[in-house]
Amino acid sequence: MATSIKVENLSKIYRLGEIGTGTISRDFERWFARIRGKEDPFLKIGQTNDRSKKGESDIVYSLQDINFEIEEGDAVGIIGRNGAGKSTLLKILSRVTSPTTGKINIKGRVASLLEVGTGFHPELTGRENIFLNGAILGMRKKEIQRKLDEIIDFSGVERYIDTPVKRYSSGMYVRLAFAVAAHLESEILIVDEVLAVGDAEFQKKCLGKMGEVSKGEGRTVLFVSHNMLAVKSLCAKGILLKDGKVLLNSNIDDVIQNYSLHNPLKSNVEIYEETGEYIINKIKITDNGVNGCFNIEEDLIFEIEIKFKRCLPMVNVNLFFNTTDGSTIFASCSKAEEVKFGLYKYYCTIPSSTLNDNIYSIDLMVVENSEKVTSHIKDIITIEGVEAKRTGSWLGKFPGLIRPTNYKWTNKLVS
Amino acid sequence: MNHEEALKEWDLTIEPQNSLFKLNLKDVWRYRDLLGLLVKRDFTSFYKQTILGPLWFFIQPLFTTITFVFVFGNLAGLSTDGLPQPLFYMTGVVMWNYFSECLTKTSTVFKDNANIFGKVYFPRLIMPLSVVTSNLVKLGVQFVMLTLLFAYFILTQNYTPQLSYFSLLIPIYLILMAAFGLGLGMIISALTTKYRDLSFLVTFGVQLFMYATPVIYPLSAAPEKYKYLISLNPMTPIIEGVRFALLGKGDFSFSALLYTTIVTILILLVGTITFNKVEKSFVDTV
Repeated sequence: MATSIKVENLSKIYRLGEIGTGTISRDFERWFARIRGKEDPFLKIGQTNDRSKKGESDIVYSLQDINFEIEEGDAVGIIGRNGAGKSTLLKILSRVTSPTTGKINIKGRVASLLEVGTGFHPELTGRENIFLNGAILGMRKKEIQRKLDEIIDFSGVERYIDTPVKRYSSGMYVRLAFAVAAHLESEILIVDEVLAVGDAEFQKKCLGKMGEVSKGEGRTVLFVSHNMLAVKSLCAKGILLKDGKVLLNSNIDDVIQNYSLHNPLKSNVEIYEETGEYIINKIKITDNGVNGCFNIEEDLIFEIEIKFKRCLPMVNVNLFFNTTDGSTIFASCSKAEEVKFGLYKYYCTIPSSTLNDNIYSIDLMVVENSEKVTSHIKDIITIEGVEAKRTGSWLGKFPGLIRPTNYKWTNKLVS
Repeated sequence: MNHEEALKEWDLTIEPQNSLFKLNLKDVWRYRDLLGLLVKRDFTSFYKQTILGPLWFFIQPLFTTITFVFVFGNLAGLSTDGLPQPLFYMTGVVMWNYFSECLTKTSTVFKDNANIFGKVYFPRLIMPLSVVTSNLVKLGVQFVMLTLLFAYFILTQNYTPQLSYFSLLIPIYLILMAAFGLGLGMIISALTTKYRDLSFLVTFGVQLFMYATPVIYPLSAAPEKYKYLISLNPMTPIIEGVRFALLGKGDFSFSALLYTTIVTILILLVGTITFNKVEKSFVDTV
């Protein structure tokens, strides 16, 4: 099969810190190096993009020597943790920004959806915005006219189509925007996490449409998402990025598995998340296992340290338990109550026989006044349940995302 | 497959930096519908939820003219070359407004559209072009008002219109003004993505620039020693030329027109090239 996208030695550097001071002198240095035919003096000191470590240089590689090829008609999921370079890659592929070095060859028209509803004007009606947005995405007026009924029908906001979009609910807004994008004619479709918006029914519709695009129409699709289930259902192949490099380019199952493996397991995580009201210091598991592995037959106790800078009337702390593919299994929250100035330790006990021998990725969320989310740290800690001993002769994997083994079963002989 | 064949196979190649002169005008042409829709957007969104609606296009130049007649005409007693003051000032104001709007709006094009530019690709040149086109339509509307004012003077003040063959040059002046504003605006917009200071300069710079251009006074009334300097301003032959074309009085010469044309083409060229260079990576710096 023919190659649709070919990426060679692609790199992109970003400068950290404030832009504005010393730029003229730096620009001059660069320019001077270039006219002498020398290498850009600021490229040499580049480092890999690791947010958590403090680097010596303020220049980082967001992407470093990326090479891959995508074949026509493939649906490829691009996976990686935050900051791995996924969005930068998509931005370069959609020509929003240009690479620092390297080259990409593309065959066919590219339609990219880094955001739905780009260029929507709040004062214009839905119909007017379909035309404007369609044209921004590269459609001709005739093309939009031809598909107008189809777009309106797909969006399901027919009744409001001649109302300014500022009167729309956010759901309607997204529906309309996605409807336009879904009807783009192109050989290559690039989609970035747009499914994070809208309700479940609409997400299903989007996924369905995208599946239709890749499988039915045989177009090439590049898809970035944190929702592994979505990626898995849509893509046959995957590219795993880590710190700006391609770690694995293979079929999607391998890539997702590898991604999960690269979630470092830990029992004790030092963090520093500061807001105006408090500082979150750390989260740890007390007295159950080491290195993020815990015994599922013992109670699992989380300890969260938060230092409040002042008295707050109503605060509660939430823990979300997620599977490695990103869907939340359940959440648990502390009682919303007043906190005083000072260091607090929150304890959350998950009773034994609740979790299964799976990998769980946990989000921490702090809510004020029962309504305002002031912090939501995703994947703050990743742990794995371990089954220490099992009675009986069967040794296979116990099915399920959770494993509540203490539910009551009885039986009686009835005849 | 040999090398040349391999090259032909691709529809698009993304590289760090294109050559300076690769302007992608073909791409701009392909997106011409977007240009039209952006102009339409500017208009429909302009008067939505206003009571006076499109009347606002008239109000601003009308009141500026009244103020100029009062301040410069009556209080300061500046010469208008013997022309009726309202006609003299309104011609200047309408023309100057076109230029200054083109310049200021173009110069903030990256800043104003940062969120769109950061999410989707289309030839960035479309945006400044849409600014110039929107303002051209607005100028057309204001021309109607100018015509009405002329009609008023002809009917009630016994003013005889001074149209001549030179009036046919007006479209050329408009193109020159648009190109000059566009070119200068693009240069500034390209620079403001990195050095924000310039955007402050533009807002009051344009105001000062007006006084260096014969908008509120005729060139003939300028003191001898400054005349030469004022003539160097590429906007001078345009404003004077328009006045000559519409009102029959003004400092017109073909050499001045040629000078302005050359300067404008140069500015436009430099503007397009710098704009093109910046558009590829501005997302990272803005």
